[in-house]
Order: sequence, then structure tokens, then C-alpha cells
Amino acid sequence: MSLELLSANHAAATAATLAGRANAKARGFGGGVYPITPQTECIELLCQQDFADEHGCEKGEIVRVESEHSAMAVCIGMSLTGARTFTASSSNGLAYMTENVFAAALYRLPIVMMAVNRTLGPPWNIWVDHGDTLALRDAGWIQFYCEDNQEVFDTILLAYRLGEDPRVLLPVIVCQDAFVLSHTMVQTDVPDLDTVRRFLPDFELPHRVSEQPVTVGGLDFPRETEVHRRQHHEAMGRVPAVYRECQDAFEQVFGRRPADAVQTYRMDDADVALVAMATTFSTVRTAIDAARARGIRAGGVRVRMFRPFPESELREALGRCARVAILDRDISLGLGGVLWAESRACAREGAIVQNYVVGLGGGDIRPRDVDAMLRDLLARTAAGAPEIVEVGS
Amino acid sequence: MIEPVLSGMAQTECDRKAPLLRAGNTNCGGCGMSIALNFMSRAIGTRRVQMVIPACCGIVTAGPFPYSAYGAPVVASTFASAAAVATGMARVAAMNGEDLRVLCFAGDGGTYDIGMATLSAAAERGEDLLYVCYDNEIYGNTGGQRSSATPLGARTSTTPKGKTQGKKDILAIMAAHGIPYAATISLAHPEDAVAKFARALDARGFRFLHVLAPCPTGWKSEPAHGIELVRLAVRSGLFPVCHVEDGRRFTIDVEPDFDRAALADYFARQGRFRGTKLDLDAVAMAIEEHWRDLRRRGG
Ligand SMILES: Cc1ncc(C[n+]2csc(CCOP(=O)(O)OP(=O)(O)O)c2C)c(N)n1
Ligand code: SF4
Repeated sequence: MSLELLSANHAAATAATLAGRANAKARGFGGGVYPITPQTECIELLCQQDFADEHGCEKGEIVRVESEHSAMAVCIGMSLTGARTFTASSSNGLAYMTENVFAAALYRLPIVMMAVNRTLGPPWNIWVDHGDTLALRDAGWIQFYCEDNQEVFDTILLAYRLGEDPRVLLPVIVCQDAFVLSHTMVQTDVPDLDTVRRFLPDFELPHRVSEQPVTVGGLDFPRETEVHRRQHHEAMGRVPAVYRECQDAFEQVFGRRPADAVQTYRMDDADVALVAMATTFSTVRTAIDAARARGIRAGGVRVRMFRPFPESELREALGRCARVAILDRDISLGLGGVLWAESRACAREGAIVQNYVVGLGGGDIRPRDVDAMLRDLLARTAAGAPEIVEVGS
Repeated sequence: MIEPVLSGMAQTECDRKAPLLRAGNTNCGGCGMSIALNFMSRAIGTRRVQMVIPACCGIVTAGPFPYSAYGAPVVASTFASAAAVATGMARVAAMNGEDLRVLCFAGDGGTYDIGMATLSAAAERGEDLLYVCYDNEIYGNTGGQRSSATPLGARTSTTPKGKTQGKKDILAIMAAHGIPYAATISLAHPEDAVAKFARALDARGFRFLHVLAPCPTGWKSEPAHGIELVRLAVRSGLFPVCHVEDGRRFTIDVEPDFDRAALADYFARQGRFRGTKLDLDAVAMAIEEHWRDLRRRGG
């Protein structure tokens, strides 16, 4: 265990490297990589790693491919033949990769991908919003949104344990906010390889392609697709329970407990709730403290796991709150915020649930912006259409 | 010109008992790709292989889950991704000391068009793969649309008046990557074909094979004429049978007659060229020019 000053990009690469080395006695590690701002530093660091096992045998292969589409395809080929795999991307890179993002999940491969959330273009904008990964919400991947660098590091390790569990066998995307985390250096607790090994068992893919003359991913008739989708959906359904086991195991090995699928802040006696994801939630905490000082019983709810959608946890967290603000750093054009659209049914009946779309294109969400939303929410007698809040640069 | 009889390809015990393309496959009767797979099967013999097949007739033929008409493990990849998925598989096999060959088997759409960037990148990286393109000069699986391998004058569902462009020179493109071995394969020359499959299987590094694969459905030709069509294409010089080492040394494997009657016969036997005012003189001139280039490169 050592404390290192790492950006979240480097934290992700460091965690993936450790997970990869931990699989050296099994079938090794690898992935295809392709650069895009603000993910570049992650794959650059990965390309500098040494994956030789104790006998000097190469047990890691990072393939410098020509596109994100191929980066995921290389992960698919490696994972199908039994290796632990990692890649990273962002924004238009994820959009370009999309076909194989779906494919990876449909092959039921526990590939882990770090995504730096960045606004989709054109026009080009390199700053954070969550539209890129939320567009992949139906791709069949588990999705986590992180609030700080340590969480990025820890969630990469958790992602392998969770995704590779035979009851799950699903790919996992671990998201971090562009620049806010990706380029901010923070002291990060980095465990040694032996400790990581205790947390991550050797990866064994039950349907590994080897000598059996089977066709993987060929044709389905409707009946087979119905069954395959049902199995995929049921595996998603098992994720919350398996995730709790992973949290326990993580705490046992590393001595700190990773956050729940849904995290709360000062919600015990709250009658007003602010719901957000990723680093927006840090600002929400500050705004809640200020509101509390004014005598408002406000609390915060962070959705950390977005897929599978933690409906019951969210329902429980929102409890009896009469007013709920849902902050989306994304917009489903023609609908409103994605988080709002999926969460609004989790509030109690009759609650005023108002959507605020804020911080698009990386606009800086300040405590006073959150405070203004809170005041707006408290003044309402009914919820209205999603509000697009402009915070400027 | 040497035109072998096909008795050398009479079925053997091995062909019947453990073929690469098994009974139950859904290929059309007379499909050239089926013949290519049978040649490949013989070359593979007892070698351990894993295949990657992108979207194309060649994957549909495997049949629906959980069946597989292939006698080897197959990964059905997305359309553009065969060479990248195979890259991953070959790297993991090497990392784990497994003695096996990973091969891609793709149509011209997955090779010349949508998969071109992926293919080029894998060749440039020198991945340890054998990439086989069966070129039926059309998108067969989707019902017969043009590809950049469709020849000048051919009618397809998206070029109803005949294609106005010629086909890409895929062998030159792949040779330009400086790969250790690239070759074209004629289904009318089985010994040359099986020897090339075997050589390409044994070699290491990136290897590329281009097979002209008659498609009676798309070419609007008699299913029984497939091999004869290839023979005419070779005899006329339309389809050069050659190989390239390290992207530099071109060697001609079958010397054509440049027979105009063969050329005319080739086009006349295919409904796709009917009524498209194909100028035979222009085609003959293009062939001549192409061969001048080939010979300049040492062929
Ligand atoms: C990304 C994507 N676009 C389009 C398709 C539809 N599609 C499937 S096979 C095919 C054509 C295949 O042509 P070719 O590679 O020449 O092989 P053939 O079918 O002729 O054997 C197309 C367009 C697809 N599967 N994926
Ligand atoms: S459409 Fe052509 S290539 Fe496809 S199976 Fe039929 S004959 Fe073969």
C-alpha cells in the first residue's frame, strides 16, 4: 500500500495494470487502445507498463489500434480467448466504438472500460457532460459514475471482480468527469500487487473459445434472442447483490468500503432531496450544508451505479421527500434529463419532482447555481418541464 | 497455359469425416465460397485453427444458435472487425504459448469496404494472422449490392445500369503493406490453391489470400459453371494468379493466354453483365495494362 499523487486518468491505468498483472498466472491481460482527449494520459501510461510474469514471460498485450471500433474489437478477441481486458475512451470515441460496445455485452464478456465523460461534438467541446456514456445505457453494460479519483481507482478493481463473477459475466464501464477528475491530481491509495491478487481471483471465462467447433455470436432466431436477452437481463438483476458481496470483500482486503450503488448525504430527516451523479454531487453537498444552515431540511442522493438501475435503493433513499430536484449533466433531446426520466418514478406519490439540466458542455456548476435550483424547487407548487439551466463557462 | 483437371480434388476420407464446412450449411448450390472452404479444409488438415468471420454469407452459413456448420471454433464478429478481433485472439494465443493459427474469412464487403481500415492496421502492425478474402464481387448476404470489388459493368441491385467504376486492386494494396505473403487463389487450379493455403497457414506474420469466388446468385450464372468461370477469368488474364513476398517480389503462378474468346465467354455466361454495353476492347486494354504493371514488379 502506498500513497501516490495521481490524476484519475493515471489512477485508472494503474488499477487496470494491477488487475492485469494479477491475472498473469491465468491467461494474461490486454486490450486495444486509441487516444482521445481527455482520456489520452490513461492509455499512454498503460502503454508504458510491463506485464511480464515472474519468469519473464510476456503476459500483457496492449495493442495500439487504428480506431476505437477496433480497440473494443481487440478486447473482444482477447476476452473471448480468456484474457482479462481493459480499454478507455471518451465522447466521440465512444460513439465511434458503439457497435462493438454492444457486441462486447452481447457476447457476455467482462471487459472493463474507463470512460472520461466528455461532450459529444460537433461543435467540438472537450469538457464534461454525461451524454456520451448515457447514450450507451442500453448497451448491456454495468455503469458506474465516480465522484473522486480514489473512487475511480477502486471501482476499476471492483469492476473486474463484479463483471467476472460467473453469476454476472457482464462488461463494466467506469466513468469519470473530464478534467474535473481526469486531469486533477489527488493523493491516491495504491495497493501492492499481492493485495490486489487477494481481491481478484484468476479470470476464467466459461464460454472461452478454444478447441470446440462452436460458432460464437452467429445467428439467433426470435426464440433464441428472447432467451439470450432474458438471461442478460437476469444477470443485470443479480448485480446489486453480487456488488454488495464485492463491497464486503473489498473492505476485507483493502480496509475501506466502496460506496453503495446509491449514496446519500444528510438524508435522514430530509424533506427536500437533490439527486445527481459524479462530481456534480460534491457541489450538491456544499449547497446542502448551506441550506441546512438556513434551516432547510435538504439532503442529497447520488446515483453511483446507473446500470443496472438501482430502482429500489433510490426509492428507499428518496423516502418520504415531498420535493425532489434531479440534476442532469446530460440531455436526451426531445425528452429532458436522462437521470430524471429514469428516476422520477422513484419519488413518493405526489412529490414535486423537478428536472434541472445543468452544466452541459462542461459549464461550471457552482454552489450558488445549486442553491438557485433549490430555491426554485421550494417555491414551486407543481413540477414543470425540465429546466435548462445556463451556468456559462 | 496449364489448366489442371480437377480429379486431384476427389473427396478423401478426411474431406468427408472432418470437413471445415460441414453438412447443414446454408450456402447456395454452386457457391464458390463453399469450394474455397473445402480447399482450405484440406490445407488445414490436422492443424489447430480458430476462425473469425464477420457479417457475410460465410457466417450465415454456420446456421442458427446453437448449431455450427464449421468444423473449427468460429467467432462471428461485427462486419468491420474481423482483423481486430483476430488480433486479440492471436495475441492471447501467443501469450499463452498455444500452437494454433488464427484466420479471418471475410467477403469482399468486409475486406475492400467496411473492414479496410481494420485490415490495413492489422497488416501494418504485422499481426500473426491469415486473412482470407473470398471475393464474390458483391454484397451477397444483403441480397446483391455493389462493393468496391464489383467489376466495371456489373449490374447489382444498387447499380442497375451496370457499375461505372472498376474494382480495387486488393493484392497491390495488401502488398503495399510489405506483408510477408500475399497471394491470389484460383478455384480452377486446386493444387496451386491448396499449396497456397498450406503455405499461408504455416507462415508467420500477416498473410493475405484473395480468392475469386463465383456467386451464381449474384452473378446470375449457372451454379455448375463456377469453376469454369474462374478458369476463363484466369485464361483471359482478367484474374491474375500470383503471389507476393514481403510486398516486393511478385511471382506469376499461372501464365494466361490472354484469350479474347475466353474473355467474351466469361462475360457472356453471367447475367449481371447482360445489356450493360460492356466494352470488351476497353476491358482487354485494362488487362494488358495491369499485366504490364505486374511484370514490371517482377511477375
Ligand atoms: C455495420 C454493418 N453494416 C451493414 C451490415 C449489413 N451487411 C451484412 S453482410 C453485408 C454484406 C456482406 O458482403 P460481403 O462482405 O461481400 O460478403 P458476402 O455477403 O457477399 O458473402 C452487409 C452490408 C452489417 N451487418 N453491419
Ligand atoms: S449469395 Fe453467393 S456467395 Fe452467398 S451463399 Fe449464395 S452463392 Fe454463395
